[in-house]
Amino acid sequence: MKITEKDVRYVADLANLKLTDAEVGRLAKDLDEILTHMDALNELDTSNVEPMAQVLFEGEQTATLREDEERPCLTNEAAVAGAPLAGNGYYKVPKVIER
Amino acid sequence: MSALAGSVASLTIPQLRQGLEQRQFSAVELAQSTLEFAQAENPKTNAYLHFSPERALAAAERVDQKLAAREDPGPLAGVPIAVKDVIVTEGVRTTCGSRLLERYIPPYDATAVRRLEQAGGVILGKTNCDEFAMGSSNENSAFGPVRNPAALDRVPGGSSGGSAAAVAQGTAVVALGSDTGGSVRQPASFCGVVGVTPTYGRVSRYGLVAFASSLDHIGPFGRTVRDAALLLQTIAGRDECDATSAFAPVPDYVAQLDGKVAGLKIGLPREYFEGLASETGDLVMRGVDVLKKLGCEVREISLPATKYAVPCYYIIATAEASSNLARYDGVRYTTRANGDTLSEMYRATRGAGFGAECKRRIMLGTYVLSHGYYDAYYLKAQKVRALIAEDFRKAFAEVDAIVTPVSPSPAFKIGEKIDDPLEMYLSDIYTITGDLAGIPCMSVPCGKTAAGLPVGMQILTRHFDETGMFRLADAFEKAGGFTG
Repeated sequence: MKITEKDVRYVADLANLKLTDAEVGRLAKDLDEILTHMDALNELDTSNVEPMAQVLFEGEQTATLREDEERPCLTNEAAVAGAPLAGNGYYKVPKVIER
Repeated sequence: MSALAGSVASLTIPQLRQGLEQRQFSAVELAQSTLEFAQAENPKTNAYLHFSPERALAAAERVDQKLAAREDPGPLAGVPIAVKDVIVTEGVRTTCGSRLLERYIPPYDATAVRRLEQAGGVILGKTNCDEFAMGSSNENSAFGPVRNPAALDRVPGGSSGGSAAAVAQGTAVVALGSDTGGSVRQPASFCGVVGVTPTYGRVSRYGLVAFASSLDHIGPFGRTVRDAALLLQTIAGRDECDATSAFAPVPDYVAQLDGKVAGLKIGLPREYFEGLASETGDLVMRGVDVLKKLGCEVREISLPATKYAVPCYYIIATAEASSNLARYDGVRYTTRANGDTLSEMYRATRGAGFGAECKRRIMLGTYVLSHGYYDAYYLKAQKVRALIAEDFRKAFAEVDAIVTPVSPSPAFKIGEKIDDPLEMYLSDIYTITGDLAGIPCMSVPCGKTAAGLPVGMQILTRHFDETGMFRLADAFEKAGGFTG
């Protein structure tokens, strides 16, 4: 076993996911199987390989820089229009600071 | 316009252009009749999630005005297009196949969408897909699976199953999909249409809802290589809204479909032909014979890191996804579940909103990035990715193109693999390598099984050599007679 139900609950906590007990059981089984399959990578010696952190980029170092000029952007109204709860131009969430 | 209704099922972009120029129909008539046809046919496959008639008719109206004024209406004038529902459209609902975005109306257009309309394209609606593009069968959509037009009890492939099905069904002439591990090519192969994954960065990702940012591509579907090439030409090119979009100039792909493929060196990687379902293998080998008859020089090559591609991909893709999907937390996007604290609200929203496959991938991605596992999984996978890219670099010193199957088997039955995630992941074996290396690749139809199921042949070429890929695919299509 690479992963237990306890591990699943810990990772779900990191991922901000509320899971049912049935989901925890199913995920422990699935993740264990998938992670075991992933062990195949250890067959490869990669000690002298540079990680591929960027796919490709053929421009000059500074090619994506531009003049700092003002441009129209999304309005505040449009930006919050899709929110489940907003007011006065802000997103609203449950209270996070106790006074 | 009853004479036009349904006929779009067999028309190509050049034929539509001719009809418009000869005034056989107007762009508005074409849009109306296609919308009627698509809405009537859609219940068979569930390919479209929603239609955008107002936007389509406004775009068609602009084309008619330009035609009347004898102005250039653009290369895609009047062409009815379907867009995968992971690509945002201003004012038109974009759900990503997820309950979490069921009511989301984006405030802006993706660059690809904007370019399509600037070229005269008419967007009919948004197509069904696996939730957040995660899946190989389209069964992970919150709004029901798509059925394959070639066999309604079978999957269309995924994740861009709706776009592939719409083009195959004739409810759109061309479509946009997205490909992270094969999500354009595999459904193209299952549905019998052309599907293209361009070089990474060739098409701007601005407005493509992010799944795995180092692997995500927008790619076109068409019923002919020429139509798909024209669509790519329209949307490709540098976009300052996407820092990873490429500066390389966009060639005229269509002008170079000249059939000059004699003498090209084609590599068949032996790792891709081991353990292949026999009928699929036979069809692909018959396709290879067509290439030989065209004068191509075929040789066996080896891409030794291939067997590590599936674990490598599912580490990198899920790691990036776990980060990208963190934004769906009940604050900005339409759907929120109740919770007394902020943290409980996040958890409840995400727990209720994401489907099983998204949860599985978020969990896997969070696990491989978590403390103590980063080096063993994520860093290791990035190194293996470099080896896979290096395999291709070496191969392309010897050959001009690589030809492989797209998928180990043709379209499977709906429900057949849904309970076995690992088996589903393994079916991506031949498509994910192209995404990991960032090279252009495509699926072109190469015949049907005895049961009538389409099979695709994959062509891969060097970075930014879409021109060579399209030239070979076009010559193959014309010689093989597999489409139309």
